[in-house]
Amino acid sequence: MTRRIVILGGGTGGTLAANRLQRALAGECEITVVDRDDDHVYQPGLLFVPFGLAHQEDLVRSRGRQLHDGIAYRDCGVDHVDVEANKVHLTGGAELDYDVLVVATGARLVPEETEGLTGAGWMSKVFSFYDLKGATALARALRDFEGGRVVVNVVDMPIKCPVAPLEFCFLADWYFQERGIRDQVRLTYVTPLDGAFTKPVASRALARMLQEKGIELVTEFNTGEVDGAAGKLISFDEREVEFDLAVVVPAHGGAECVERSRGLGDALGFVPTDEHTLQSKVRDNVFVIGDAAAIPVSKAGSVTHFEGEVLVRNVVRYLAGGELDASFDGHTNCFIESGFGKAVLIDFNYDTEPLPGHYPSAVGLPLLKESRLNHLGKLMFGWLYWHSLLPGRDLPGVSTAMPLAGKRFELR
Amino acid sequence: MSSKVYAGTEVSVNDEGFFTDPRQWREDMAAEIAHEAGVGDLTGRHWQVINFMRTEFAQKGTGPTVRALGKSSGVSVKELYQLFPKGPAKLAARIAGIPKPRGCI
Repeated sequence: MTRRIVILGGGTGGTLAANRLQRALAGECEITVVDRDDDHVYQPGLLFVPFGLAHQEDLVRSRGRQLHDGIAYRDCGVDHVDVEANKVHLTGGAELDYDVLVVATGARLVPEETEGLTGAGWMSKVFSFYDLKGATALARALRDFEGGRVVVNVVDMPIKCPVAPLEFCFLADWYFQERGIRDQVRLTYVTPLDGAFTKPVASRALARMLQEKGIELVTEFNTGEVDGAAGKLISFDEREVEFDLAVVVPAHGGAECVERSRGLGDALGFVPTDEHTLQSKVRDNVFVIGDAAAIPVSKAGSVTHFEGEVLVRNVVRYLAGGELDASFDGHTNCFIESGFGKAVLIDFNYDTEPLPGHYPSAVGLPLLKESRLNHLGKLMFGWLYWHSLLPGRDLPGVSTAMPLAGKRFELR
Repeated sequence: MSSKVYAGTEVSVNDEGFFTDPRQWREDMAAEIAHEAGVGDLTGRHWQVINFMRTEFAQKGTGPTVRALGKSSGVSVKELYQLFPKGPAKLAARIAGIPKPRGCI
């Protein structure tokens, strides 16, 4: 009997999982991808929109068109999943039965969870660049900005692409210099973390870059309220940071359809998942890829790509009744755009923090150091995303497991 | 790693003062840890959070974050900061004798 795999979400994870599964199981399984719209956004490009370096039409393509022949695409919302009955209930009442469910529903911005954030000043002096609407509106505001205090604030972790707000700071420094008004702008990065980043070696390197670029760093700031009218961020422990323009990364939660599914998500709507096999802890026949998973990795496209190989292997093994492969190592790889045509590359996993050296081996891109080569790598990635990553191909020279060669462990 | 004496019993803690073995924790140690951490006297509201942390840890192997606490413990994030100033999730975990909540990345 043909078995049915249903994939919730046609973003990075759902698309690459579908294409890899189709190749591994062609003819043996019916694969259906469900998403509520047909707009696949290249999210790494959002960072560039506020600075006029990318535009909406460059970043959006059809979700269905990224899927290989033989994969069914349902352009429909998901009401909820009944994990006991192995059934997905779609908006409008239709149902999909499954043998294996892959949850790839990503993360959702929840600005309304922060007092005042979507109140006075929202989209006029308080913006987020984490979606197309916000990034596009911010582009207009930055163009008209003549000087004053700009704050970049992360409300709470986890967020998608935890380096993006730092990149925004670096690019803002570059942007205002290009416009000749950098001396009129006070730029401040306000984070709930106790440093510029989560991991010590990279945190020190990135804090040094902020300092060199004249960007102030405010740490352990847990934003409790954004007062757009008065122009200030207020923390839960009653500290205040004033602004003329605020760029806020809102808190994130899991998809609403996960929240509506009894027993599927945790308190934040992410799905409890084994961090090495990517099988959910909810049901043996539910697997999770990408931002939807509650595992201790960055919510980032590179992680999702690296998860793809292990996820597909485990879905195949599960269907064959075999033992799962517990080899996902938390591999993460991020280009951090630093302005002036340069970028920093970091590469790490569950056990190894980002270190200096070279990637993928002693000869390669410099790690934890600004370079033009890394900037070119970041630009090239846009092409690879649509043509290699989504189709589910392995990228040349880029392995799923994090390479140890080239990393300078003595600098820990 | 080092050791501390709470309520007359020696326990193992890490550099930041978190229990390395949650089984060593007893309720009568909480008041002393709270004073040492600058939280002051524990009220019923503090205990609601401490007990919630213990239960979550027993079920999931890690303590909840502040936001998860705010959603599930019955105490709002605002009040959590009043009860455990500075870092509710970290302070409550320390007083509850469980490891530091695994920070999100």
